[in-house]
Amino acid sequence: MKIHLKIWRQDERDGPGGMVSYTLDDVTEDMSFLEMLDALNGVLIGKGERVIEFDHDCREGICGQCGLMINGRAHGPLPHVTTCQLHMRSFRDGDTIYIEPFRAAAFPVLRDLKIDRSAFDRIIQSGGYIAAGTGSAPEANSILVAHDTAEAAFDAAACIGCGACVATCKNSSAALFVSAKTVHLSLLPQGKLEAPQRVNAMIAQMNAEQFGPCSNTEACEVECPQQISVLHIARMNWAFNKSRLLGRKG
Amino acid sequence: MDAKIPPGPLADKWNYYKAHARLVNPANRKKMKVIVVGTGLAGASCAASLAEQGYAVDCFCFQDSSRRAHSVAAQGGVNACKNYKNDGDSVYRMFYDTIKGGDFRSREANVYRLAECSAALIDQAVAQGVPFAREYSGYLDNRSFGGVQVSRTFYARGQTGQQLLLGAYQALMRQVHTGKVALHTRHEMLDLVVVEGKAKGIIVRDLETGKLERYAADAVVLASGGYGKIYYLSTLAMGCNASAIWRAHKKGAYMAGVSWVQVHPTSLPQSGQHQSKLTLMSESLRNDGRIWVPLKAGDTRHPNDIPEPERDYYLERRYPSFGNLAPRDISSRAAKERIDAGHGVGAMKNAVYLDFSKAIGEQGKDKIAEKYGNLFTMYQKITGINAYAQPMLISPAAHFTMGGLWVDYTLMSTIAGLFVLGEANFSDHGANRLGANSLLQACVDGYFVAPYTIPDYLAGELKAEKVTTAHPAFDLAEALAQTKIDELLSIQGDLPADYFHKNLGRLLYDTCGLSRSKEGLERAIREIGELRQEFYRRLKVTGDDKVNTELEKAGRVADYLELGALMCRDALAREESCGAHFREEYQTEDGEAMRNDRDFCYVSAWEWQGADQPHVLHPEPLVFEQVALSTRSYK
Repeated sequence: MKIHLKIWRQDERDGPGGMVSYTLDDVTEDMSFLEMLDALNGVLIGKGERVIEFDHDCREGICGQCGLMINGRAHGPLPHVTTCQLHMRSFRDGDTIYIEPFRAAAFPVLRDLKIDRSAFDRIIQSGGYIAAGTGSAPEANSILVAHDTAEAAFDAAACIGCGACVATCKNSSAALFVSAKTVHLSLLPQGKLEAPQRVNAMIAQMNAEQFGPCSNTEACEVECPQQISVLHIARMNWAFNKSRLLGRKG
Repeated sequence: MDAKIPPGPLADKWNYYKAHARLVNPANRKKMKVIVVGTGLAGASCAASLAEQGYAVDCFCFQDSSRRAHSVAAQGGVNACKNYKNDGDSVYRMFYDTIKGGDFRSREANVYRLAECSAALIDQAVAQGVPFAREYSGYLDNRSFGGVQVSRTFYARGQTGQQLLLGAYQALMRQVHTGKVALHTRHEMLDLVVVEGKAKGIIVRDLETGKLERYAADAVVLASGGYGKIYYLSTLAMGCNASAIWRAHKKGAYMAGVSWVQVHPTSLPQSGQHQSKLTLMSESLRNDGRIWVPLKAGDTRHPNDIPEPERDYYLERRYPSFGNLAPRDISSRAAKERIDAGHGVGAMKNAVYLDFSKAIGEQGKDKIAEKYGNLFTMYQKITGINAYAQPMLISPAAHFTMGGLWVDYTLMSTIAGLFVLGEANFSDHGANRLGANSLLQACVDGYFVAPYTIPDYLAGELKAEKVTTAHPAFDLAEALAQTKIDELLSIQGDLPADYFHKNLGRLLYDTCGLSRSKEGLERAIREIGELRQEFYRRLKVTGDDKVNTELEKAGRVADYLELGALMCRDALAREESCGAHFREEYQTEDGEAMRNDRDFCYVSAWEWQGADQPHVLHPEPLVFEQVALSTRSYK
C-alpha cells in the first residue's frame, strides 16, 4: 500500500508546531500502525532528518503509553483498541491519514506526538489508593468479596491511564479516568473506609489540573480501550455529593 | 563467591536473618537516602516500602509514568502456597517445585524464602485493593500453571501483572504525596557512581531536556527488569533494556546465569519482516487449551478440517503426566522440534495450534470467556481471528531472563550498597522460571526482602562520611556518559540503531536461543564482534540531544552488543543442558536435556575486565542440603 501521512511536528514544549506531509510506500496490511511509523522513521533517518517522536512501550495494549489522534479519533478508527493494537489492514491503498498528539491543556506536547500526562499521576497521588502499608495486611481470605463485586471492581480497575478519554472529550474532562479509580477502590470492602476523602481529594486535584468538566456526552466510553463504563462517572458524582451532604469531605 | 546464606536449617534461615538484621533508628532514617531505578513491581514496592519506614527515596523510570513499567504486561497470575484448594500445597512443595522447575541451578535458601513469603504477598495485594478472581462464596479463586500439580496461582483475569503493579504504583504515589519519594519519570540511568568500593549514586539523562543529572545516595537499588529485548523480537516492551545493569556490571558488579533466557511457548507468531514485537498469550491458556500440529508434515488444510486421528497432541504424547502444562522450556523446545520437522502451521509455517474446542464443549463458551475473555479479544484485535471458532496460532518467543546481576542472599551485588531486585538479578529461578513466579519474585524482593536487607546495610553506613554530587567520582562518571553520547551522535554513518538490534536478535535466536551448540556459539561471538565494529562505523543517529528516541535506542543497542557476546560465552562455557539452556551436544537419545551435576553444579558469575578483555568466570558452587539432585522429568 501507499499511504499519505500528515503528521504534527513540534520541536519543543510550548513551541510552535504544524502538520507535515509524508508519503510512505510498501506498507503492508499486517503491520501495526506503530510499525508503519517505525518504517517512516527509517526513511527519515536515511534522509538525515529528525525522526517523528511518539510514545509507545508494550505494544500489546496494556501499558497505556501510546496514544495518537488518528483522523481525529483517539487511537484511530476501531473502537476499544489502543494505537499499538491498530493494524494497517484498517486502511486502504492511497489513504491519507492525519496523525496528531492527544490534545488537552492538561497534556502539554513535549515534542511531535509525545505528551506529558503527569497530571494523571498527580490525581492518583492525591488519594487514588488504599493506605495499606507493607506488612499491615490481614489474611487475604478474611476479607470476603462477592464474585460479582470483584468482577465489577476489576472492570473499573482495568483502566490503562492512556488519556484517550480526555483527548476525545470536547471539554478535555478526566471524569472517566478519575471515576474508574474511585469506583474500583470504593466497591471493595477494604477501600470503603477512605472512600469519601478519596473522591473529594481526587476531584479537587482533577479540578486543579486543567481538565474541563464532564457534560455527559459519553464520548469517552466509545474510545476507551478497556471499555470503562460512563456509569462510573455517575457513581463517582453520587459518592462525591453524598460525602458533601454528610459532611465527610475528609 | 560468598552468598551469605544464614546459618541453621533451611526453614529457619530467613527468620534467623530477620532476627539478626540491624535496624536504623526512626529519627535517623530520614537522613538516609536510597536511589531506586525502575518502577515495576520490584522497584515500586521497594521504594514505597522504604519510604513507609521513613527513608528518603529518589525513584527513576524511563517511561512517562511509573505505572507503565513492563510488569504491567504480565497476564496469567502470581503463585502463592496458601493451600486454599486443600490440594496438598505447602511452603516445602512450592520450594521443591521451583527448585526442580529451575533444573537445580538455584540456591535452596533463596528459593525457600520465595515460597515462604508468597502467602504474605497475596495478603498485601488484597489489602491494596487488587481485584483477584473470587469464588461465588467470596473466597479467593486459584488456577493451575505449568510445571506444578497443585492450584496455587492467584489471578485477575488475564491482567494480573497490571493489577499488582497498580497496587504497587498506588502505594508509591501515596509516598510521593507525603514527600518521602521524589519521582523522576522520563529519566534513564547512564552510569553508577562508585566511591571507595561502595555504590553512592547515579548519573541519569533527562529524556525531555537531554541534560545529564547527578544523584547521590547511601544505597542504590536497581530494579530495571530483564534483557529479553536483546533478541529484538520478544514479548517485552520496546523500551526494556539492560543498560542500567550493564553499566553497573562495567563498574564491578558481576553478571550471573547470563545465557539462561526463557523462551515462552505461547506467543503470537511472527507474521512479517516489519514486526517489532511478539505478543504474549498467557500460559494460563494451557489450562484449557490443547496444543497440537498436523500429524502429516506440510498439511495445509484448515485446522477445523483436520480430523482427530490426524492431529499430534505432542505435549500430551511426550509428557503424559503434565501434558499441556509441561514447563515453559520443555514446551517451547517441543514446539521448535515439531516446527523444524516441517509440522509448523500458519502463513510462515512457524506456529502450532492452541485449541479450545474441547474446553468450550465441556465448560461452555461463557465460562471460557470469563476466564480468558480479554486474551481472546486481544487475539482477535491483532490477528483478526475468532479463537472461539478455530484454534489460535502460537509460537515460542524470547520472554524472561533468569540471568542478571549476581546478588547474595541479601540481594546485594558484588558492589557494596548496590542492591538488585526482580528480573534484573539472577537469583531465584535457576535455569528456568516457572509460570507465575516472576510477579511473585519481583514483589517478594521489593515488599519483603529489601525492606530488611537494605536497612541492615544502611545501619552500617550511618557514620560514614556523606558523599555529595560534588565528589570527583561524579565528575568522572558524568564526563564518561557525555563522551558516550557525543560518540553515538558523531558517527553519522548510514544505518539506524534498529538495523543492528535486529541483526543481533536474529543471530542470538539462531545460536543462543532454544538450542545452542559449540559451533554456533563460537560463530555468534565472532559475528557479534564484527557487528559491534560495524555499529561504531556505520551507526546513524539523527536529531539533537534533547528528546531523541534514536539516541536512546543507540545507547541501549551498544550495551546489548556487549551483553550478547557475554551471553554466548556463558552458554559456550556451560557444557551441559539445563533448563532453558539446551546444548545440542548434551542430550539423551529421545532429545531430553542432559545435566552434568559433577562439573556444572554452580552459578556462573562473570567479571568485566575491560572492553577488549575476556570476562573472568567466578563459579558459585550450589550446595543442596535439602533436596536430592534428580533428573527433571515431566513424563
